Amino acid sequence: MSFLGKSMATLVMAGALIASLAGCSPGTASDASSNSPGTGPTGSITVFAAASLKSTFTQLADNFEASHPGTTVHLSFAGSSDLVTQITAGAPADVFASADTKNMSKLQDAGLVAGTPVDFATNTLQIAVPPSNPASITSFADLARPGLKLVICASQVPCGAATKAVEESAGVTLAPVSEESSVTDVLGKVTSGEADAGLVYVTDVLAAGDKAKGIEFPESSAAVNTYPIATMATSKNKELADAFIASATGPEGRKVLAAAGFGNPRG
Amino acid sequence: MGLRFEAALKSRNFEVALELAPGETLAVLGPNGAGKSTLLSIIAGLLRPDSGSATIGERTLFDLASSRSTWVAPHDRGTALLAQEPLLFPHLSVLENVAFGPRSTGTPAAEARSVARQWLASTDTGALESRRPGELSGGQAQRVAVARALAAGPDLLLLDEPMAALDIHAAPLMRRLLKHVLAGRSAIIITHDVLDALMLAERVIVMEDGRITEAGATREVLNRPRSRFAAGLSGLNLLTGTARTEGIDTRYGLVSGTPEGTVSPGVPAAAAFHPSAVSVYLDPPHGSPRNMLRATITDLEPHGDAIRVRAGDLAADITPAALADLGLAPGMRAFFVLKATAVTIYST
Amino acid sequence: MRRRSGTGYTAVPPWIYAFAAVGALFVMLPLVAMAAKINWAQFIPLITSESSLTALGLSLRTSAASTALCIVLGIPLALVLARGDFPGQRVLRAFVLLPLVLPPVVGGIALLYTFGRQGLLGRSLELAGIQIAFSTTAVILAQTFVALPFLVVSLEGALRTAGGRYEAVAATLGARPTTVLRRVTLPLVLPGLASGAVLSFARSLGEFGATLTFAGSLQGVTRTLPLEIYLQRETDADAAVALSLVLVAVAVIVVALSYRSPRGRQAMAGAS
Repeated sequence: MSFLGKSMATLVMAGALIASLAGCSPGTASDASSNSPGTGPTGSITVFAAASLKSTFTQLADNFEASHPGTTVHLSFAGSSDLVTQITAGAPADVFASADTKNMSKLQDAGLVAGTPVDFATNTLQIAVPPSNPASITSFADLARPGLKLVICASQVPCGAATKAVEESAGVTLAPVSEESSVTDVLGKVTSGEADAGLVYVTDVLAAGDKAKGIEFPESSAAVNTYPIATMATSKNKELADAFIASATGPEGRKVLAAAGFGNPRG
Repeated sequence: MGLRFEAALKSRNFEVALELAPGETLAVLGPNGAGKSTLLSIIAGLLRPDSGSATIGERTLFDLASSRSTWVAPHDRGTALLAQEPLLFPHLSVLENVAFGPRSTGTPAAEARSVARQWLASTDTGALESRRPGELSGGQAQRVAVARALAAGPDLLLLDEPMAALDIHAAPLMRRLLKHVLAGRSAIIITHDVLDALMLAERVIVMEDGRITEAGATREVLNRPRSRFAAGLSGLNLLTGTARTEGIDTRYGLVSGTPEGTVSPGVPAAAAFHPSAVSVYLDPPHGSPRNMLRATITDLEPHGDAIRVRAGDLAADITPAALADLGLAPGMRAFFVLKATAVTIYST
Repeated sequence: MRRRSGTGYTAVPPWIYAFAAVGALFVMLPLVAMAAKINWAQFIPLITSESSLTALGLSLRTSAASTALCIVLGIPLALVLARGDFPGQRVLRAFVLLPLVLPPVVGGIALLYTFGRQGLLGRSLELAGIQIAFSTTAVILAQTFVALPFLVVSLEGALRTAGGRYEAVAATLGARPTTVLRRVTLPLVLPGLASGAVLSFARSLGEFGATLTFAGSLQGVTRTLPLEIYLQRETDADAAVALSLVLVAVAVIVVALSYRSPRGRQAMAGAS
C-alpha cells in the first residue's frame, strides 16, 4: 500500500508537472469538489507521515476515504527528518505527521506550517528482546550488564535522543554494540536474534507481533515522544487536509492509534 | 629417441598412427582442418584423445588402451611446441623468456641464464637479450621463440607452421635457422610450403580429413604424388586410374606415358605431368600421336610469366600471346594436349 | 567535427557528442549540485571532526582488508570460471555475479542468516568463540560480499582476453601448473587484476546497505563513512554533504586509477 501510494503520488505529481508545463490544467481538487454528490470537502491530499505511523495511518486513510466519499488520501512514509528535507525541497505535502516535535519545529521555522500543529499521539520506549529472552532481561538496569549485545538508536535520531534522555535520568550507562539510524534497524537486530536486547518504541514492539517481546520499564517516562500533525502552508486543499487531521485526532483516530500502542497526549 | 604414436579422437574425426625415427624430421602437409594441429596438440598433451598411446623411446606419453590408462602432463613430456606466432611472454625480457624452460625444470637462475645465452647466440639473437618481446620484429621474435623451445631441451620439437606469420624477408632466414637446428633432432613440422618440406624434412605425411593419406620420403611424395593435395603442392597434374598395357585409363580416357618401374596392367596407377608440358587447342590438332584431354576451362590466372589455364583438376601453362591468339575464356571447351614423354606413370 | 592532426578516423557521428554530453551532465550535475551545497567555511572542521576521521579511517582499513580478501577468493574463482570446464560452471558464474544486481540490504540479510548468531555457520563459530556480528569483521565480510564480483568479472575478462595459449606454451616448456600460474598467467593478467582490485576497493568504500543490515553501526567499530554520512544527515546536513564530497573524491581517484591501467595494457599488447 505504502509503495503503491507513494508511487501513485509520484505519478500524480509528475503528471501535474507535465500538465502545468503543457499549459492545460486538468480537474484540480476544487473542480472535483463541485462535481461530487456528498457534502464536505472532496478531492485528494497527500499525507507525509513518520515511518512509525505506517500501519495506523494506512488504516486511518482507508477509514477516512470510506467515510468521506469522493476523497483520496495519498500516503508517503519515511523517517521524519527525510520528510522534512523533502517538504523543504518542495514536495507537495498537504499534511505532515512527525514522530517528534523537533522536526515539526524545523518546518514551522521555515514557515511551511499552516496554523498550529496538534499533538495527536505519544510513544514511549520499551525494551525489545527476542521471544525467548536469552539474556533474561527484566529491567532497564539489566541493559548495562557487561557482554550483553544491546542495540539502540544513534543519538542523532529521535529514538536515540529519547534513549539518551532515559539513560541520563536513570543514571545508567549503556554500552551498545551498535547505534542504528532507525528503529526498524534496531528491531531487525532483535527479531533476527543477533542482539539480546534493543530499545525501541512500544508501538514497534507491538507491530513486531510474536517476533519480539516487550519489557516495560518505569524509567521510560523520562522521555515521552510526542507526535504532532499539521496542515502544510503550501497545501492546495487545506479544507480536506484539516478534515483529515480532525479525523486522525478525533475518537475514531484515537481508537486506531491506541490499538497500535500509541499513548494519548491529552491524558 | 623415436616417437611411436597412434590416437583417435572422434569429436574431431581424427585417427592417425605414425612413427618417427630418432633424429628424424617429419613434415606434415595437408589442407586446413585436416587435423595437423590436433596431431601436435595430442602429442604435446594439450588435447586428450579418446584412445591410443604414444611413447618417446622408452617413455610413455600416454596410453589409453591399457586397463590402467596413463596420461603424462604436458610439462613432463619433453615436447616443446613452437607455434605460428612466437607467443613470447610479454612481461619477460628475451633472456628470461629463453631461460623459462630451464628455470621451470629446476635449473638455478644463473645457470638457466647461461643456457639461455648459448641458445640466443646460436639463433643469432644474442644482442636482443635485454629487450622486451614487444620491441622485436616478427622474425626476431620467432627466432627467440626457437631459442626458447630448444633451451627447454626437448626430446621432440613440435613446430606448427613456424614461418606462416613471417614476412617474405624473415622467412628465408628462419628456414636456414631451422635447417641448422633441426639437423639430427627429432621434430615434427607442420607446413604449407613445399620448400620447407624439401629443405627441412626427411619424410612427409599428407593428412586429409583427420587421416594420413600419403606418407613417404619427401622427394618421393612430391615427385610421385598419390594424393591430389600432394600433387597440388608439388605443382603437378595428377590423374588417377587403372594401368593398361599402353598407358593408364583415366576419366579423360587413355593417357599414355613413361611407366616408372613395373606397372602391371589392371593395378591402380597415377599419371603425373607438369602444367608447362601441356598445350591448349580449340580444335583437335593433327600430327604425332599425343595425349589429348577434352575439358571445359574453369579459370584463367597469372602464374609467373605464364598464364595458368585450369579445367577442373587439369592445369596448363601457356604464354600470354597464346592466350590472346586462342581467345580463351572460362566455360569454353578446349583440348589439353601433351606428349607421352612428359607423362610419368606409376602404380599407387 | 574538426579532428586534431595526426589522429585517425573514428566512425562516431558528430551528433553522438551531443547525447554523450547529456549523459555526462546527468552524471556530473548531481555532484556539482552537491559541491555547491557545501559550507566551505566549515568544510575542514566538518571533515576533520573526530567521528568523521574515525569513520574515514575505518572505511579505508576495512576496504583494504576486503580488497585483500577479494583477491584471495577472487583469483581462484576467476581462474576456475575462465579456464575450467565443468558442469554447473554457468550456474556458478551466475551466483558469483549475483551481488552485482542484488540490493545490498538483501546481501546483508543473507549474511546475517549465514554468519549471524542464529545463522548457518554463526552458531558453530560462536561455539568456537568467534563472534562476527557487530564486529569490524562483519563490515569486511559485507564489503567482500558485494565487491567480490567486481574483481571476478574484471579478472575473468582479462584471463579470457589473454587466452590459454601462453599457458600451453609454458607447459610444453616444462612448467608445472603452479609455475605457469605464478610466472605466466598472473603476470599476464596483472593489469586486469589491479583494475579489478581497485574497483573492489571502490565498491567496498561505498558499501552501505549490507553493512547496515549485517554489521550494525558503532563509531570506530562498524560505522564506516557511508553510515556516518547517513547518520549525520539526521542532524547536520552540512557535515553529511562535506563527508559525501570526501567519499566522492576518494572514489573518483580510485576509479580513475583503475581505468588508466587497461589502456596501458592495450598499448603493451598492441606492441607485441
